[in-house]
Order: sequence, then structure tokens, then C-alpha cells
Amino acid sequence: MSESAVDAKELRERVAALLAAHDPATTDRLEFLRARFDAGLAWVHYPEGLGGLNAPRELQSVVDAELAAAGAPDNNPRRIGIGLGMAAPTVLRYGSDELKRRFLRPLWTGEEVWCQLFSEPGAGSDLAALGTRAVRDGDEWVVNGQKVWTSSAHTARWAILVTRTDPDVPKHAGMTYFVCDMTHPGVEVRPLRQITGEAEFNEVFLTDVRIPDAHRLGAVGEGWRVAQTTLMNERVAIGGNAMPREGGMLGKVAATWRERPELRTAELHDRLLTLWVETEAFRLAGMRLRQQLAVGSPGPEGSGMKLAFARLSQALSGLEVELLGDEGLRYDDWTMRRPELVDFTGREAGYRYLRAKGNSIEGGTSEILRNIIAERVLGLPSEPRADKDVAWKDLPR
Amino acid sequence: MSNPDLLYSDVETDLRASVRDLLTDRCEPSALLARVESAEPYDAKLWRTLSVELGLAGLPVPEELGGQGASARETALVLEELGRSVAPVPFLGSAVLATAALLGADTTHEPVAALLRRLASGEATGALAVPLSTAPGTAFPSAVAADADGRLTGTVRSVADGSAADVFVVPASGPDGPGLYAVAAAAASVTEPVPLDLTRRIADVTFTDAEATLLAGANGAPAALERALLTGAGLLASEQLGVAEWCLETTVAYVGGRYQFGRPVGSFQALKHRLADVWLELVAARAAARYAADALASGSDDTGVAVAVAQSYCSTVAVHAAEECVQLHGGIGMTWEHPAHLYLKRAKADQIALGTAGRHRSTLATLVDLPG
Repeated sequence: MSESAVDAKELRERVAALLAAHDPATTDRLEFLRARFDAGLAWVHYPEGLGGLNAPRELQSVVDAELAAAGAPDNNPRRIGIGLGMAAPTVLRYGSDELKRRFLRPLWTGEEVWCQLFSEPGAGSDLAALGTRAVRDGDEWVVNGQKVWTSSAHTARWAILVTRTDPDVPKHAGMTYFVCDMTHPGVEVRPLRQITGEAEFNEVFLTDVRIPDAHRLGAVGEGWRVAQTTLMNERVAIGGNAMPREGGMLGKVAATWRERPELRTAELHDRLLTLWVETEAFRLAGMRLRQQLAVGSPGPEGSGMKLAFARLSQALSGLEVELLGDEGLRYDDWTMRRPELVDFTGREAGYRYLRAKGNSIEGGTSEILRNIIAERVLGLPSEPRADKDVAWKDLPR
Repeated sequence: MSNPDLLYSDVETDLRASVRDLLTDRCEPSALLARVESAEPYDAKLWRTLSVELGLAGLPVPEELGGQGASARETALVLEELGRSVAPVPFLGSAVLATAALLGADTTHEPVAALLRRLASGEATGALAVPLSTAPGTAFPSAVAADADGRLTGTVRSVADGSAADVFVVPASGPDGPGLYAVAAAAASVTEPVPLDLTRRIADVTFTDAEATLLAGANGAPAALERALLTGAGLLASEQLGVAEWCLETTVAYVGGRYQFGRPVGSFQALKHRLADVWLELVAARAAARYAADALASGSDDTGVAVAVAQSYCSTVAVHAAEECVQLHGGIGMTWEHPAHLYLKRAKADQIALGTAGRHRSTLATLVDLPG
């Protein structure tokens, strides 16, 4: 923590040294990624010895640009988004030194995929109501329950898992957070087919899964606080990306509009332009948010970016299906698949329309996000809560 | 559109604080309500403080022409604050529209420079003699005709701040084509219709063989007028942002303290969600308004798109915020006594001012190659 700050010049020197010792043209991809991690160039704001150099986070772009220019392989971050965006910050903050050393390197290189065992059939927006039980047995915990909406569960080696360890206290107080071994024989993963036809997500059944106490993150009963770290990082990851004008879903509709004059109507034209304006306004809002972050004064605007993104994606993809007319009556393929990567703007318009329906549900429903904005940003009073002082086991369900 | 600055600088933040302090003190809602039905709907003393003492009328005017040498960014910020308090001063007509038309003309031409000096110093108040509803890109107006001696005849309806003006900047068509003229208010007949917007008056202005000074001829007049309309439309977005901001803040405060069914009504999700949506619209409106102001200030190639986006978005947001303000105040929101209606009337008039949202979207369709 007390090391002198690393600057851009020093990072460039370190990148040059890495490239000199491991020529990307002749080095095995995984070997290169491991060497990059060991050189502290994986995520420069992480501590030394754990893939970083305690450097300012914004300098990561310097490293990424230099390595991309040299043709170096990357860790395919979209494939391991849950590990990078959610598991890693939580392990870093709450894990023992041993766990950090064990988990972070293969997580970053992508050798080990992570998934997130949070939502349950009975605990969606009200995550703190979750009921997957963990019972202590010596140096181990025995876990039983069911999780849902788990992407990557079928490819994951590890999971971050929130459980109920004390049903006799109010719901927020009785939870504990673990790292779960997805290869344990008590873990059963079943694909969960969604409205697009494919199964991007899974249901995960946990039957007498044994987890060593050493794989606990945070204290017993502190699981809710630990989960907040994970979820805060998730929302940062969803809203924060720079977008060019007409990027994303708008680009798809605009291209169709330009290529297919025979489909145009006056009514669709004004709707398209209205959405063009709104999309551009929110693109500028994202730019403004990043400018605020860069000068060290983040505003509350980030809470709303996902909400806007969901609404616009849905409206734009819906407009495109309608614009296509006769072609909008057809769908590319209902075959059940388990994709490893999800591209919201991939495939055809019908798929995009259906997939976008999830944008206002996953990672916090739009209704929950509006509550958060109203209560935390605008300071409006909360709804009366019936569950605050009631033991979890006594909650109506 | 390389590197727009969408934040407020320290200087801009200081400027905002001093304008807001002044308006909090001098533009209090109950006094404003009393004024709008009086014989003096404009607050001449407040306007004098803003224009002469604080120098805000000359913000975008170069120092050598008697102004502050600032830019459209600072003008936008003042409009935000004036919008927040729906202040009854002729800032839009004089410091924005008339001034931008003059800045768009040849400022080395002495009559242009002289009038700019008078407006920038606050010595005189100007108005641009076009209907307030005129959008950028409109054909050069033909309502006023100039004769061979440069005397003007014709009527222009709904001139913003026309009844507060000492001098009109008038686009007129003459034997040599379009021209931009200055006419003293004393040489025109000015009548005030009953306005929808009580805090920004409109005037019907008639010129009858009126003596005029030529500011720009056929080569310069259309560009000067277009510059004024584009600047006005882009900066009006900041006023709309200020209007929406007041509406949201006032409504949030009200629903937090209004009890029905034994709870603050602001604890009901049906209301909270609507206010969260307005807040989110404000986040984007602020970015769009700042982008337009920055583009106008820097002379960006993207100014046309920036203005069309800002005006079509912010005008919609301001009307939505004002309508929600009236609705979520319940009965009190429908009373004359509560100032919410002043904001609704400003927001609704602003929706028409300098081009409706739909009009700006049509412009955008051409600019971004999305033809109908």
C-alpha cells in the first residue's frame, strides 16, 4: 500500500520488458497470460504479487493499448466476465492471502471460469430472502438448496455462493458467503431454456455439497455485506462502457433503415428519430459520467444508466422487428443451445428483441433500480417493510 | 466532436452560485406571481442588476466589443439558472437571440459593433424580430419588406421579449434581397397579446415605413439569422434543463412531506418510480444541453446534430417534468397560488420556441442520413 505510485512511463517499460522476455509471436497464449499476470500487468490497480502494481486504475488502458499494438493475446474478458467483474473484487477484499494466491491468477488468465450462485426461485429482487442452507460440520459446511439464472455454470470451475447459515435472525443478518467448487459431486447443473430458445443460464441444484471453512469469504453472518461488494461491481460493469455514436442496438436498426427504403413509414421514422435522440442523449450522459469519474467526483448518474440502456434496447429492437414487416414474422432458429458468450446485438432482429427483454430483469429489475434512485438519490422515504425485524424462518412465503 | 467538455468548470460553478444567490433573493415565487398580472410583468431592476452590474448580457461578446469574452457555455449556465426561477427578464430575446444575430454578422461593420456594445453593456435591450416559434433552417422571412431607401414595413407576430426591447434586430427582404436591420422600438408599433407563458412575454411588432439601419446585406443576413436561431435553440435546452430541475426538486420535497393514508405519499412506488424516471431524463438532458453549449462555444462541426438532439430532447423533458410536477402536487398543483403553473407554461411555450421537437428531429434525419 505504501509503495510509490507507478506511472505510465514505468508501465510502458514493464510492458516492453514482458514483450522482450515473451515474444507473443512465439509464446504459447496461456504462458504469455501467466507471465503478464506475474509481471503485475494483468490489472495494474491490484496489489503486487496478485497481478497488479498498486497503480492507478485508469493506467490499465496504457498497458492494454501497448499490448494490443504488439499483437499480444488477451484473456478474452467477455468469456470470464463474472470472474473478472464480480468474483475477483470480492476475493480480493474478503479472501485470505492463501485464497487470493490460489484463485486470482487462474481466474484472470481464464484457466478457471467462475459463476455466481445468488438468485433462487424464491429470492429474486429480494435476494436477502434466499434459503439455500449451509450447516457447519467441523471444518466444513454442508450446503443444500437451489440456485437459478446462473450463466456459465456448465463451464465454471468455481462459484461465488451466498447461503443461509442462521434462519433464526432477520434475513439480512443470517447469511454467509463462500467459494464453491463446481466439480463437487453434489452440484448438479441443468440448462434453463429462455424465451430466445437457447439456454444461456442454468439452474443449479446443491445436494450435500461440502465446502471447507477456509473457502468462506467474510465472517459467518456477514454474507449480505460481502454480496454488496459483488453487486456494486456488477452494476459498475453494466453501465460504464464508452460507446460510439450509433453503437449497439441503434446501429443495427439504423443500418436496416438505410439499406431498406421500401420498409419506411412516416410513423416508424419519427419513432426511430426519437429513439436516436434518446440514445444519443444517454450516450452523452455516459460520457459525462466518465468525465466526472476522471476528475474524481463521481455523481449518482451511474445508477440510472442500466435503466436507460434496458428501455432503449427494448424499444429499438422492438422497432426493428416491426420495421421488417413480413420478415419480422420469421425467427432465425429456436434450437436449444448453450452459448458460451452472449451478444445482445448478435443474431437477427427477433432474437435481439427477445433477448433485450432480459435487460430490465437481470442485474436488478428496472423497478428495483427506480426504487434505488428514488430512495438513495432523491431521498424519498422507503415503503413500509414487513420483514425487517422478523426471523427469516418466520417470513411468509 | 473530438473532445467535448460536458462538466462545469470552477469558474462556471462560481458564476452559477452568484446568479442563483441573486435570483433566490430577488425572484421569489410569491412576488413573481404578483408581478405577472401587474403593469410591469418584466422585472426591470433585476434585469439591470443581471445585465449592467453582473455583465451577463455581454457574456459571449468579445471584450473589445464591450463584452465579457466568455462563450455560449457561460450563457447556457445563466439560462439554466433563469429557467430554475422562471425569472421575468428579457435575457433570451436580448442577450441570446439579438446578440447572436449581431455576432453572426460582420462585427467590424460599425453599426453592428455599436449595437453590440449597447446590448453587451446593458445600456439597451434588444429583441430579434422573428416569431419565437421560428426554427433553425427556416427560409429567410418575408413578413417585413425593405424599400429602396431602407425603410421597413410589415408585421412580425410573437416576438420574444419584444415589449421589453429598446431596439429590434429585423430580418427583412428588400430590393437587393435579404437584409438584417436595426430599428428603434420607438419607430415600431408594439402590442402585447395575452401570453401562454406569463414570465416570458411575446409582442406583435408592426413597422410602417420605419427608419432602419442596415446591419447585414444579402451576403451576411441569412447566415447571421441562422446563427441566432441555432444558438437560441441550442441554449434554450439549458433553460429547459433548469425548468425541469426546479420541477423535480420541488415535487420531491412536496411528496416527501405530504401525508395521506398515514404515510408520506412519496413512499408509494407509483409516485417514486415516476420521479425516478424524471430524474433519469434530467441526467441525459444535462449531458445533451452541455454538449450543445460546448459545440456552440467551440464552433464544432457537430453543432447541428448537437443542437437538434439537445432541443428535441430537453424540450420534451421539461414538459414532462412540469406536467409531473402539477400532477404529483395533486390539488395544490392546480391552484394559481402555487408557482408550478408558471413552470408548466414556460415549459409548454419553450416546446414551441425555436422549433418543436419534431421539427428538430426532421433536421436530424438529414444530418445523420436517416431519410424518411
